Amino acid sequence: MNRYIPIALFVLLVALLAFGLTNDPKEVPSPFINKPAPEFSTSQLYSDEMISVAGMKGKVWVLNVFASWCVSCRAEHVLITELANKLTTPIVGLNYKDETTDAKQWLASFGNPYDMIAVDYKGSIGIDWGVYGVPETFIIDKKGLIRHKQIGPVTAQALNEIFFPLIEKLEKES
Amino acid sequence: MRTGLFYLLLIFSLFISNACLAKVELFEFENDQQQQAYQTLSEQLRCLVCQNQNLADSNAELAQDMRNKTYQMVKQNKSEQDIIDYWVSRYGDFVLYDPPFKQITLILWLGPFVLLILAIYIGLRIVRSNKAQEITVNNKDKREEIQKLLDS
Repeated sequence: MNRYIPIALFVLLVALLAFGLTNDPKEVPSPFINKPAPEFSTSQLYSDEMISVAGMKGKVWVLNVFASWCVSCRAEHVLITELANKLTTPIVGLNYKDETTDAKQWLASFGNPYDMIAVDYKGSIGIDWGVYGVPETFIIDKKGLIRHKQIGPVTAQALNEIFFPLIEKLEKES
Repeated sequence: MRTGLFYLLLIFSLFISNACLAKVELFEFENDQQQQAYQTLSEQLRCLVCQNQNLADSNAELAQDMRNKTYQMVKQNKSEQDIIDYWVSRYGDFVLYDPPFKQITLILWLGPFVLLILAIYIGLRIVRSNKAQEITVNNKDKREEIQKLLDS
């Protein structure tokens, strides 16, 4: 009986390590889930009007942090476009630490899926929202609470399994 | 003698902390207290891009921004706790190098001590069972034989 103990311990250790491998340490869970979205009021890329979080109250909306220098933003661009095409939910872009001319050029060549684009030249809004890598995407409900945060590029799987069902559900909430 | 000194210096060189070599930005503080607060904070906070570096050591762009923000808050005379709370509310406990003692971090904090106690217990048991084997020689002839060998 006793000689099985080391084997059992070994199996336990392997199971623990295997579990550790499935976790991505780069994915830091956001403490913002179900908390109010941090306020910002900033200029827009294509409009002279200011855009603020308060102004979005009463609507479900998506905030997608992107930049022209970010390679994986290009990869997820197709999916953000798909999201924008299939839904009437406003998609707000947050142009993070980018030059205005670069951003406009980027959008001109790939297409602009955003309803509005907030400019965060210095990255201070990003820090306020706990952004630590671009792209990141948030879903905000009608009350102004952050309900989901996608770290890294949006995938087709995330779109089908999280984005569409969650947004549909949130649209029904009052 | 000289080589001895050389090795001693070599060993001491291992203790030179990375923090001493950290990049110094040109931040101006109103007093030493603020500077001290900034120093301790930038050493306690983790850079989220290069996760095994603190803010003071990291050159990542996000770390620079975070240092800047920390500096601004220090200048506004915010307390260290307020600044730590600011970062934790945005990036979670992970931003701290020293994880707080909470239910979720219980294993992290107490696990090593539990393992230590377990190891001592198992060690003691092994030592004891070895001792027990030594004394149990029941056969009378054998005991005499052993005694003879020991006396000779």
